[in-house]
Amino acid sequence: MLDWIQSLGHRTLSRLAAFGRAGQLLAQSLIARPSPITMFPLLVQQLYFVGVLSLVIIVVSGGFIGMVLGLQGYTILVDYGSEQAVGQMVALSLVRELAPVVTALLFAGRAGSALTAEIGLMKATEQLASLEMIGVDPLRRVIAPRFWAGFISMPILTVIFSVVGVWGGAIVAVDWLGIYDGSFWANMQHSVDFNDDVLNGIIKSIVFGAVVTWIAVFEGYDCVPTSEGISQATTRTVVFSSLAVLGLDFILTALMFGEL
Amino acid sequence: MRMRTMEIGVGFLMLAGAVALVVLALNISGLSLANQGGGYRVYARFENIGGLTARAKVAMSGVQIGEVTAIRLDPKFLVAEVEMRIRDDVDYLSTDSSAQILTAGLLGEQYIGITPGAEDENLKDGDRIQDTQSALVLEDLVGKFLFNKVSE
Repeated sequence: MLDWIQSLGHRTLSRLAAFGRAGQLLAQSLIARPSPITMFPLLVQQLYFVGVLSLVIIVVSGGFIGMVLGLQGYTILVDYGSEQAVGQMVALSLVRELAPVVTALLFAGRAGSALTAEIGLMKATEQLASLEMIGVDPLRRVIAPRFWAGFISMPILTVIFSVVGVWGGAIVAVDWLGIYDGSFWANMQHSVDFNDDVLNGIIKSIVFGAVVTWIAVFEGYDCVPTSEGISQATTRTVVFSSLAVLGLDFILTALMFGEL
Repeated sequence: MRMRTMEIGVGFLMLAGAVALVVLALNISGLSLANQGGGYRVYARFENIGGLTARAKVAMSGVQIGEVTAIRLDPKFLVAEVEMRIRDDVDYLSTDSSAQILTAGLLGEQYIGITPGAEDENLKDGDRIQDTQSALVLEDLVGKFLFNKVSE
């Protein structure tokens, strides 16, 4: 009985300690920003791996999600004789919800897991330790550029996702199902507000980007430096960041649109 | 050389993001670059504005000529007072024009439709449209229909 209580206490304490280390890592990598001259090439490299290489999966899934929304919206709305509202439905659901959330989930799977595995392997092969030996702070050299790259590329990917999705919806609704072009776009433009919808979606994506990269980088930096430890850390990255994105999405939506 | 390809890729990403943001702003949310401050103000009193909101469009023959800027309750006449802003180039609305609250489609938003009159004098900044027609409220309509049925 006492053993059980002890193990409970141990687990709680180690969780809390992990939270503390994660906060410390975040604070240090944000404060310990290297000089722009050394930072820039590293940042470009990470933006390439995290942002540019994620572009294909974002564009393809955005297009298909927009097309599905157009098709589903049409089959429902045509019963009420208001299939012109498809444009507004597709655009609002993409800009407010689907683009930030789905992009963040794909980002966690595509880029977050790679970040964790990379940093974890660096730790396991003692590259981080040798960096420290030669007097280079691994937080500055390795962690900070990756964090900023995730932070910057998430909103860009989200905006691209929205546009491609609306375009996919327009292809299905206007070109295939024959909704009148003008009312599709006019309804959409009238109901989507730049400040309320587009900017709030971008704010969401910035928060998600920060959270996902934070979790990914921390899990890699904090993993048990064995091959098993790296695989567990990668799994944890995907699971934790997906849960964090979905939970935060509800909170942010309630604050932005819910008038709670 | 490898660095160069990466930089080109990142440059393309940034460019694509900027283009997407512009498309989102102009094409999807319909944010117009024209300044919102122009135009002249016209007031109208309505018995019932239904679901009319600020930023709803003001149209003549279906063509947008302005937008609703404010809605408040007139404490003296106990009716809704709507302030709208009409574009400057539409300066030929006669003083006896009428305003009615219409609905675009079955589930569409409500907007104000202006029907021009015959007077020679035109509406100026701060003028009031006298002839107005309220929004169609479905409950009232159903109520009238039932009342007629009963009295038959």
